[in-house]
Amino acid sequence: MKFGIVVFPGSNCDHDVYDILRRTMKQDVEFLWHGNHTLNNCETIVLPGGFSYGDYLRTGSIARFSPIMQEVIKFAQKGKPVLGICNGFQILLESGLLPGAMQKNKSLRFVCKYVNLRVEINRSNFTYRCEEGQILKIPIAHNEGNYYLDAERLAELEGNNQVVLRYCDADGEITEAANPNGSLHNIAGIVNKQGNILGLMPHPERASERILGSEDGKLIFQSLIDNFS
Amino acid sequence: MKEPEVTLELAVQHGLSEEEYEKICRLLGGRTPTYSELGVFSVMWSEHCSYKNSLAMLRTLPREGKVLLARPGEENAGLIDIGDGLAVAFKIESHNHPSAVEPYQGAATGVGGIMRDVFAMGARPIAALDSLRFGSLENNRVKYLFDGVVRGIGDYGNCLGIPTVAGEVYFDEAYTGNPLVNAMAVGLVKHDQVAKAIAAGVGNPVFIFGSSTGRDGIHGATFASEEISKESEERRSNVQVGDPFTEKMIMEATLELIKKGCVVGVQDMGAAGITSSASETAAKGGVGIELDLDKVPLREQGMIPYEILLSESQERMLVIGKKGREQEIIDTCEKWDLNRSVFGVVTDDRRFRVKWHGETVVNIPVNSLAAGESAPVYERETKKPQYIDELHSFDIHSVPQPENYNNVLEKLLASPTIAGKAWVYEQYDTMVRTNTMILPGGDAAVVRIKKTKKALAMKTDCNGRFVYLNPRRGAQIAVAEAARNVACTGAVPLAITNCLNFGNPLKPESYWQFKEAVLGMGDACRVLNTPITGGNVSFYNENPHGAIYPTPVIGMIGLLDNADLATSSFFRQEGDAVYLLGENKGEIGGSEYLSVLHNRVAGDAPSIDMEFERKLQDFLIQAIHERLIHSAHDTAEGGLAVALAECCFGSKNKKYGADIEIDFADLRQDFLLFGEDQSRVIVSCSRENQAASEKLAKSAGMPFTYIGRVGGDTLTINDLILLRVAELEKTYTGAIPEMMNR
Repeated sequence: MKFGIVVFPGSNCDHDVYDILRRTMKQDVEFLWHGNHTLNNCETIVLPGGFSYGDYLRTGSIARFSPIMQEVIKFAQKGKPVLGICNGFQILLESGLLPGAMQKNKSLRFVCKYVNLRVEINRSNFTYRCEEGQILKIPIAHNEGNYYLDAERLAELEGNNQVVLRYCDADGEITEAANPNGSLHNIAGIVNKQGNILGLMPHPERASERILGSEDGKLIFQSLIDNFS
Repeated sequence: MKEPEVTLELAVQHGLSEEEYEKICRLLGGRTPTYSELGVFSVMWSEHCSYKNSLAMLRTLPREGKVLLARPGEENAGLIDIGDGLAVAFKIESHNHPSAVEPYQGAATGVGGIMRDVFAMGARPIAALDSLRFGSLENNRVKYLFDGVVRGIGDYGNCLGIPTVAGEVYFDEAYTGNPLVNAMAVGLVKHDQVAKAIAAGVGNPVFIFGSSTGRDGIHGATFASEEISKESEERRSNVQVGDPFTEKMIMEATLELIKKGCVVGVQDMGAAGITSSASETAAKGGVGIELDLDKVPLREQGMIPYEILLSESQERMLVIGKKGREQEIIDTCEKWDLNRSVFGVVTDDRRFRVKWHGETVVNIPVNSLAAGESAPVYERETKKPQYIDELHSFDIHSVPQPENYNNVLEKLLASPTIAGKAWVYEQYDTMVRTNTMILPGGDAAVVRIKKTKKALAMKTDCNGRFVYLNPRRGAQIAVAEAARNVACTGAVPLAITNCLNFGNPLKPESYWQFKEAVLGMGDACRVLNTPITGGNVSFYNENPHGAIYPTPVIGMIGLLDNADLATSSFFRQEGDAVYLLGENKGEIGGSEYLSVLHNRVAGDAPSIDMEFERKLQDFLIQAIHERLIHSAHDTAEGGLAVALAECCFGSKNKKYGADIEIDFADLRQDFLLFGEDQSRVIVSCSRENQAASEKLAKSAGMPFTYIGRVGGDTLTINDLILLRVAELEKTYTGAIPEMMNR
């Protein structure tokens, strides 16, 4: 499968995702420049982590207007797979491709550490390789991962089983202590109704090699590859 | 603004001495300098840029070795060979003074500056480290400084996308008014893509690119060359403001330009901005440089040449382009949305000439500005301070023995200097670039190098209290400990960069500390075969309450040929044997135990035998390469007991207990458990490897004593300590957050 990784000015996890997809997952990968209007026939688009446009104004708010995003939005609306990691998730929210918004972390501090994530559903295109209830060990690194959605739409999100990953403790319990940023319902990752777009705050590309301490992130990439190939 | 008339008095206000002013007039052929020229000389001859009070001593350090690819001080950063056609560029630098006044921006721009030094060489930064010193966390101003510095480092490095992987933080009253913020950057470059900080090729265009130039940071270098005082608060405008997003764009553009081969030389505009970068590259290239200030993109109106020349606006680079390839440079800058301008040309007359509105405002021989050439070099008067003998003569045995050893261990684990630093490093992105194999919290960080089998180990170290008590020995210990930390991961220590933080060099007692420490550092580096690749000197770390502890921070780089061998500091397997590598001496002088439990900084620094230290590190590295051991952790602040506790709860995943039995012989129990004797490492190994480990130790002539076994959920040491590991960990991890939230 051919992956396209969008490079915004300020993206800084672009090379990390590239490396994992190419070297570990053995996929075709290419970078897509923010100023272009073409996706070069890529079959899956990844919006990587980082600080697009310096995250000035609000995270993801400027990236949303970049030329390439107009193409990504059309691509996503056709039901093609889009994965947004961290800043990529924030851009998906700003673009309206996923519902909700990010607030600053409850601690008002940047937080980078390994967290436990509970896989809520494995029927999703992005988690099909996982067991339901499986605990994934994947790091987070962000200033604004405090997910917010109004009560009505949150109920809808939950009702549609769109919450794919939640922050949990080592035993899989969804507790306040295990919530690293104040996110509503401990939400770490969601999909759109159609199930072709995943946004998540944790960085699966940082947890896909034994030498780095966890390979759990590979399950997400592998699910995506299996489902959309 | 009208330019003031240049007089001796004005020169003195600029921090120059009368004799220096006279020398300037002589260098100018007897004429009075223009106001701009006075500004230029004052920054270039400031301590910060000229190293005038340190250069003579720095020249005594070992600065040669087969791994060195650049002479210390010649390039933007040190450069060492690690094989596979790759080199490591690395350097540490202080940003103490700005951080004392404006902690967030002070620290942030410290990170930015050191990163530029590394990528200006064509090296992609792969890691950052930070060595920090603050006063007591009981003090609200200190909390504000600590919080601001950590946020500043985090926000800058995180946005730039460079992982902050290691460092240290000490808290001691000695740093109350004068925190230390030393930032280190490590980068990777192919041998054939190293860029030099040099101007060459008469007629080549001189570019400035990045942020536009404003009035911020004017005289930052001069500010860094005086003591902190009440007036320092008014110097807030001397502190620059950082923009990590622009830095990221500059980094990508610089690396792209170097890779394309369209530039001759690159230098970061750091301290003294346009002036230092232009004049230093010209001096190194043996050429002249002519600048037209009308071509500099400005962010403020009405700036005069003096201000433009001295501005320390951040995120600016100077590039000497290749004639005929200007368009490529312009295109690259455009791609990264960067301001750029050709504002000068390389000349053949070895003069630093600056024009503005058609007039020549600066015309100086370039060599007169360069450190170590016409710029002054002083060796100052020394005097051994009185306090040293007084503190050495303190009767250590007058300290009462504790009744409850559990309490002592818990108090030490809760002491901010020892306590867990997750509060700090969880605010840093420690993993971006997906290379960090050993995360902060252990001895040294280990960062693998993609597309090779190799990894780098890196660490900063310096116990300032030891240097205060015994500068020569304290500096040796700093080198030894940094190397030991690196060796504990299995890496071979290769070379160091240093950041020498001291008081006022014009005070004989301060200069004595400096001189002694440099001599000790040199001794240690020679024995360990770790040459000095460069670094930074920060004098005048004083405020109305006195000087800081002399703190020569060492930044060490080590190499692991096989990344798979990287060894952690914490226990990893139930039932493993625990050994003490090295000898117990019960040296309690200058320890955290004396300070925290008995409120005393006294005694002598612990003894160190550098030859023994080298053998110990060789043994460790060999044992790791033979896959004999599971973990290695050096004993440091808090001594053996604290190190054992850290081995128990160090793993982020599983915690282990340990049952330890120590032979105290005739040593005092508290001195042995909490003394900070040097050259000791706690090693664990599986049952199967015990015999082989012991045999290797014997053949290496290393004291290697079995002291117990990993297992259970408590740490027990003889009948003195019995504590649940979960409780110990809670104390250790909770201490700093609890103090910061108070």
